[in-house]
Amino acid sequence: MPIVFYIPGMLREHSGGRAEVRIDNRAQTVGEALTALWRECPGLRDRLVTEQGHVRQHVNIFVGDENIRDCGGFLAAVPDGAAITIVPAVSGG
Amino acid sequence: MEVQTFVNPKSGMPVVMIGTMKGAFLLSSDASRERWEISGPHFPGRVVYAMAYDGRAGRSRIWASSTHFAFGTLLHSTDDFGRTWTNPESAPVKFPAAAEQSLRQIWQIVPSAAQEPEKMYCGVEPAALFESDDAGRSWQLVQGLFDHPHRPQWSPGGGGLCLHTILVDPSNTKRVHVAISTGGVYRTDDGGKSWQARNQGLTAEFLPNKYPEFGQCVHKVARHPARPERLFLQNHGGLFRSDNAAESWQDIADGVPSDFGFPMLVHPHNPDTAYIFPLEREMRCSPEGKLRVYRTRDGGASWQPLSKGFPQELSYETVLRDGMGADTLNPAGIYFGTRSGKVYASRDEGESWRLICDGLPAVTCVKAAVP
Repeated sequence: MPIVFYIPGMLREHSGGRAEVRIDNRAQTVGEALTALWRECPGLRDRLVTEQGHVRQHVNIFVGDENIRDCGGFLAAVPDGAAITIVPAVSGG
Repeated sequence: MEVQTFVNPKSGMPVVMIGTMKGAFLLSSDASRERWEISGPHFPGRVVYAMAYDGRAGRSRIWASSTHFAFGTLLHSTDDFGRTWTNPESAPVKFPAAAEQSLRQIWQIVPSAAQEPEKMYCGVEPAALFESDDAGRSWQLVQGLFDHPHRPQWSPGGGGLCLHTILVDPSNTKRVHVAISTGGVYRTDDGGKSWQARNQGLTAEFLPNKYPEFGQCVHKVARHPARPERLFLQNHGGLFRSDNAAESWQDIADGVPSDFGFPMLVHPHNPDTAYIFPLEREMRCSPEGKLRVYRTRDGGASWQPLSKGFPQELSYETVLRDGMGADTLNPAGIYFGTRSGKVYASRDEGESWRLICDGLPAVTCVKAAVP
């Protein structure tokens, strides 16, 4: 089953307007899945990770309900058909 | 004031670019500079620390940086005064992997001199300089400054460790001055390959050694293109002038209510005239609750308050380092924006002032141009 990325509204300009982007290739890790996402939606890359390849401080990426910061980062496993949700942190003022 | 989706300045009329903590605004006026139109917010919700106008080589291009708290910093441009902006797929300004740094903010965007119409510079946080040789399409880290042995000892001021001032000598574009908070003033004479600290006479009142080789918290430096060896500097405590391209600095803080402040603006036509916005040191607001710009017309030998049109009580305002700009008309228009979202304008070089915009988000930068 494809992996489904859920894209926040502010970034849909870079996903062709789509709230969900399905990735068919079989990624084993979050890093592989993100690489596939960036291949399809290249504008997302620099908005999610720094030029040094780190997830931006106020960007959260969840596999299912797990924040990847708590389960291995880019090496976190991606189950078949997983839902990966990209969420900007709650912040502001 | 009429709010537009974009402004449409006529040739020879001023456009004022205003960056704020929550977007950018563009103002344009007719010849009288009495009535203004405003467009914006452009990049709503994003911090806009830097704006610039590039009128070289037939362009009418406005540049802006935008920082989203989550999604990072981008550089945008418009060739139609804000009707459409570029929104690059890939971040144009980024550190190479070997630098092991990540861009936080773009603090300054500077087109080089007219004889280098494709050359541009960006000053960023963490403190570094980027250059473009193709009018802003691609950017490279200026490695000579990044590799300076002083860099590990630069430390962040209240606003972050930023390179906020870039001054290209129009008579010799190989000579560029930059200023870093806190790091001080650096100068290259070989187009960026090598850099030397140029802080002799500048104070660092917050350090045990008050006159270090580097480490000063310089807030802003300005130069007049017709007299490029002369520089005016607003320090974190202290006003200074150099008449020898920053080989040495002399104190010119005589007759001001406070030597603390952020902006330093040189008159567009007169190299002896400069403007500052003194701040009370602890509160960092206009002293005594009186809104006053100070102007020198004799190279800093004396300063006079300009207050006609400003409230003279209960006006505790702050103007940040890039919050003051001038157009190039004659008489020159002077503009500044405050952290409380007010924009004041003078169309007679500071003699009198008028509030032209109120209620904006906190103003970070004000730049003016005449397309």
